[in-house]
Amino acid sequence: MEIQSCVSILNEWDIVAARQLGRNVAKELGFGTVDQARITTAISELARNIYLYAGEGQLCIDRLNENGKAGLRIIALDKGPGIPDIRKVMEDGFSTSGGLGAGLPGVRRLMDDFNIDSNPGEGTDIRATKWLR
Amino acid sequence: MYNKITAHIEDHREELERLWKEQLTSDTDARIIDIMPEHIFESTSSEFFDIILLNLKDKDREYKEKLQSFSDKVVRLGWPVALVVKGLREFVHTVQENLVQYGSIDKEREGDYLELLDKWMTPISNEIIQTYAETWEKTVSLQKMALQELSAPLIPVMEQISVMPLVGTIDTERARLVMENLLDGVVSHRSEVVLIDITGVPVVDTMVAHHIIQAAEAVHLVGAKCMLVGIRPEIAQTIVNLGIDLDKFITTSTMKKGVELALEMTGRKIVELEG
Repeated sequence: MEIQSCVSILNEWDIVAARQLGRNVAKELGFGTVDQARITTAISELARNIYLYAGEGQLCIDRLNENGKAGLRIIALDKGPGIPDIRKVMEDGFSTSGGLGAGLPGVRRLMDDFNIDSNPGEGTDIRATKWLR
Repeated sequence: MYNKITAHIEDHREELERLWKEQLTSDTDARIIDIMPEHIFESTSSEFFDIILLNLKDKDREYKEKLQSFSDKVVRLGWPVALVVKGLREFVHTVQENLVQYGSIDKEREGDYLELLDKWMTPISNEIIQTYAETWEKTVSLQKMALQELSAPLIPVMEQISVMPLVGTIDTERARLVMENLLDGVVSHRSEVVLIDITGVPVVDTMVAHHIIQAAEAVHLVGAKCMLVGIRPEIAQTIVNLGIDLDKFITTSTMKKGVELALEMTGRKIVELEG
């Protein structure tokens, strides 16, 4: 069973909208404040990546319910330039924009499951899930 | 042709108005009507009708002023733009149907009449949509200004100690202001220690952290120390998860502890008065 809500990321303020959506869903599902902060931060990172590197894209929030386990999945989709070397971007401290380079590896640590799918020139599809304990 | 329509509308005004309102209420998404109190809908929709009629009759200055004040009113009352556009369209339909029904126009010239009616409606809808857009733009720019005003003040709380409380989301624009105000303030207030308070920042992601680190480094360059205060427990955990290195910072959980520490660093402390 999945219920999905999405936010289009076109400018910096859409990142705030995506965060708000994620926080609300996380609250509804019963996540604690720490997990809420983790989820919103992860959304913030992924949405900012879309804004910075792809220019536009979509960020969706799924409510999951698998084998009685509730969870929240963040899906970040864009048709941007893609990531040439995924292993490289998952390293701490690697950044092409002069940032801290902690975004993607950080999101992996903030969430329970993390999957990244990207082809240069085609876009990027990142899925990260947090399960309710 | 022109006069024929106006004459017809004037003759059957009450009937047309009734039909038009019926059409509008029955057909419109119930949600849109629901959010408006009924008497407001009643009175404004009559006025709406008047304006349309006035436009049909003459195109002088009086009409222009009236249209402007009307569209202002519509916007103020919060008529949804969808309803306004629909109202105009339904008016054309109602009048046209009514004309045919009464046999005032020939069946084969129906298209011409419809075109003429459409031509009359266009300036009205343009004006109203224009007013809507202007109102929105004004609201947005006002809010932007309001946001800028509460952006990032640096407050000298004590000699050599300044505080910058950050509240709300930090975007690129605000991060730039934080940096500017911080450096200007440190120099002009001759601060030794600056406390950046992030109690009111909802999310500290890598970008926010990056900006704070940069600001702290810059403060260091002008000869002051930077302290990060107001780190909530959940923010502390996400910062650790993200792997952000804040070792160079002195950090405390509350502003109170931060001020005490800052006093200590500048060789002072708070003592209670005896007696």
